[in-house]
Amino acid sequence: MNYESFLSARAKELKPSGIRKFFDIAEQMEGVISLGVGEPDFKTPYTIRDAAIRSLEVGKTRYTSNWGTLELRREIANYMNRRFGLEYSPETDIMVTVGGSEGIDAAIRAIVGPGDDVLIPEPCFVCYDPIVRLAGGNPVTIDTRAEDNFRLTASALEERITPNTKLLILPYPNNPTGAIMRQEDLEAVAEVILRHNLLVLSDEIYAEMTYGGPNHVSIASIPGMKERTVIVNGFSKAYSMTGWRLGFLCGPEPLLSVMIKIHQYAIMSAPTTSQYAAVEALRRCDDKIHEMVAEYNMRRRLVVDGFRKMGLDCFEPEGAFYIFPSIQSTGLTSEEFCEKLLHAQKVALVPGTAFGACGEGYVRVSYCYSIDHLLEAMRRIGLFLDSLKG
Amino acid sequence: MVYILLFRWEGNLSGKVWPEMKEKLIRLVSKNAKLTNAQLAAMLAVSEEEVATCIAELEREGVIRGYHALVDADRAGMETVTALIELKVAPKLDLGFEDIARKIMTFPEVEAVYLMSGGFDLAVTVTASNFKEVALFVSHRLAPMDSVLSTATHFLLRKYKEEGVCFIDGDEDDRRSVSF
Repeated sequence: MNYESFLSARAKELKPSGIRKFFDIAEQMEGVISLGVGEPDFKTPYTIRDAAIRSLEVGKTRYTSNWGTLELRREIANYMNRRFGLEYSPETDIMVTVGGSEGIDAAIRAIVGPGDDVLIPEPCFVCYDPIVRLAGGNPVTIDTRAEDNFRLTASALEERITPNTKLLILPYPNNPTGAIMRQEDLEAVAEVILRHNLLVLSDEIYAEMTYGGPNHVSIASIPGMKERTVIVNGFSKAYSMTGWRLGFLCGPEPLLSVMIKIHQYAIMSAPTTSQYAAVEALRRCDDKIHEMVAEYNMRRRLVVDGFRKMGLDCFEPEGAFYIFPSIQSTGLTSEEFCEKLLHAQKVALVPGTAFGACGEGYVRVSYCYSIDHLLEAMRRIGLFLDSLKG
Repeated sequence: MVYILLFRWEGNLSGKVWPEMKEKLIRLVSKNAKLTNAQLAAMLAVSEEEVATCIAELEREGVIRGYHALVDADRAGMETVTALIELKVAPKLDLGFEDIARKIMTFPEVEAVYLMSGGFDLAVTVTASNFKEVALFVSHRLAPMDSVLSTATHFLLRKYKEEGVCFIDGDEDDRRSVSF
């Protein structure tokens, strides 16, 4: 049977993840020590798990409102206000989604259509480009550079704007680089956005993970920006709840009212048990976040220090839970480096190119691991680097 | 095998008695005493010298009591028996339980002696090579002591967790090795 003729042209054209094969090898190899994950090692705090269990015990097992329970949306509104100083109405401006991922999907599909250009700063998380393509839009990448601390600059943004540009994806704190945008960076970018009348989809899933400086600032808090920004956030990273699949969108009602239609037809409502758990998370777990962030911060410093001592240039990451060292001094490409490292020392890293072409010359290192695990992985990477010199 | 560190808890650790850095350092090394000064310095954003000075001070002050490996004797195939013995003791005038506690701690078989609140007074941990040895130690050494009123011996059957470290299988990392 010729399946090709049945499959959608757009879906078929999506880039297969070129490094899938490499990941499959890593997954199957015995004794691999990985620094490759994009999720916390901490278990979900037990009071959150307990809240989920209690909701099951009393039989809270049905669909919720398409928007998510009002109780949860009220807690999200409180959270957005106390953490980022942003006012959102629980009735009209907040929508609970299946992880941040579904929020990104619904937001892009609601905004983007054929002929629309969407700006995507790279390196970045892998989903924006394919979702834009599936919507018929045209992804326009903006390379960010180590010299700029991998921040999006106003000039780089301006350069890539076309008459068809509609939307900027703003993925900060950034996966994979660990870069953040400070208030003044956001102000500069906002000026360009306002002048060109663009919308912003601000992916703030790592907002709780910033280190050694001021807390995360949302672009929506810059004057004039809230009315043109949709924020995507969620529970996966901040509360170690990746498997619960729960996120949310906050934004202007006229935009959300279209996103909710897509959500309603595709998803119906986000998982009910997870929504009950999330209420507990938002109400009583701020201190758990602080404990986890303090631990990430120590690991971050240990790993940055370790890679620098191995002689690799390493930009100082100030957010998320990754470092993004340069491997250019080895003369290898990112993929060569990762493949050789995997075979020689059984350490799995993610090549920078998995996050966009401008990630060439870098590798992503996750520090969502115990100190012992990190030290053993770095010991092996050190041996590998020595063998390259030898 | 996991290395841990023993220290004397004294005063509160909430920040007034110990400066913040000492407190963080104690937390780190009490989980893993094998971290080098360079690694500790990186994690705490201080210099190696500061770490070395601080650790030397903690050792001198007797806060750090020693370093040892946290061993799972079962996995090592070592045939040992550990018991927790509850002692009810008649306290002595002016000395309370101090006198008897000090006597008990001198026996080499005794690993730990704690003064307890609740239904009994002293908790004593003893490790020997078999059940009989423990029983004999209790009946010949502890029970006959002047102020000991009664003993209750509980043998330890399985260690699930000790010093914050999991001793059983089934708690492994179940994440995929690569995800975005």
